[in-house]
Amino acid sequence: MNLILDPWPWYIVGPLITITMVMFLYFGQSFGISSSLKHMCTVAGAGKFSDFFRYDWRDKSFSLVFVVGLVIGGWLSAAYLNGNQAVDISEATRLALEGLGISDFNHYAPDDIFANKSIGNNIPLLIIGGVLIGFGTRYANGCTSGHAIMGLANLQWPSLLAVVGFFVGGLIATFVLLPIFIN
Amino acid sequence: MKNIPFLILGIFFGIVLSKGEVISWFRIQEMFRFDGFHMYGVIGSAVVLGAVAIRSIKALGIKDRFGVEISPAPIERNFKQYIFGGTIFGLGWALTGACPGPIYTLIGYGYWGYAIVLISAVAGTFLYGILKPKLPH
Repeated sequence: MNLILDPWPWYIVGPLITITMVMFLYFGQSFGISSSLKHMCTVAGAGKFSDFFRYDWRDKSFSLVFVVGLVIGGWLSAAYLNGNQAVDISEATRLALEGLGISDFNHYAPDDIFANKSIGNNIPLLIIGGVLIGFGTRYANGCTSGHAIMGLANLQWPSLLAVVGFFVGGLIATFVLLPIFIN
Repeated sequence: MKNIPFLILGIFFGIVLSKGEVISWFRIQEMFRFDGFHMYGVIGSAVVLGAVAIRSIKALGIKDRFGVEISPAPIERNFKQYIFGGTIFGLGWALTGACPGPIYTLIGYGYWGYAIVLISAVAGTFLYGILKPKLPH
């Protein structure tokens, strides 16, 4: 047993997410991560094509700095905190995924889709999945952090609609699209 | 310099998402298959505690570091954009096993597939910006 190096239980992780949200408020911002994608478009000059991207991104630089921190946090946990170990998922999920042809259960994500080897075969999944994430989060004006955490905690019913949407899409992708993509 | 707190917060949150296995494609699959409690416990406890925190902050009139009373803005009262946009995002979330935060953290892990996801997500955001006037909101 090691409290830091072992996987953290949900009742530790949930409150730490709440603390992150409260720290955003304390530093004068609302908690949300997907808007960083919009700011990247703006930095790259998307304002030439749409009013949507016409604003001074320097006012939003905190968001870009935060996501740089997310990358560093990932690297630190991989290098020093025993990250990326096999995940103790339920037997039912494991069997279902084996049935779809997933064979690598030794890390956070299956290597054969997301890491090295046969990444080329899965480029359609990566590109289409990414486009759906970017398009959908801006359309809904938020992702898991902005709606499922910040919006629900602030008792905003539109956020509940968005979360219902997350699940409608998630179920369709899990049971209909995924078997097509990873065959 | 004013952004240093957000760099530290980002590193902290990246570690929380990692050690909490929130960035794991397998955990997201388990959630959408309703086979495990982990992700529901994570999100549920964050929301319940968050609601108590925001209610207390408002009731006590707590100020942020700039001396402004903390009062998160209400969200626009539309209907279609949340259902449509939310569903489209949900498709991508379940396919890639990552919402925007974990995409960045997984790149830090060296999962280069997620760099392709990130570039595509920026492209998807751009596409929305172009099409926005034509979409129902």
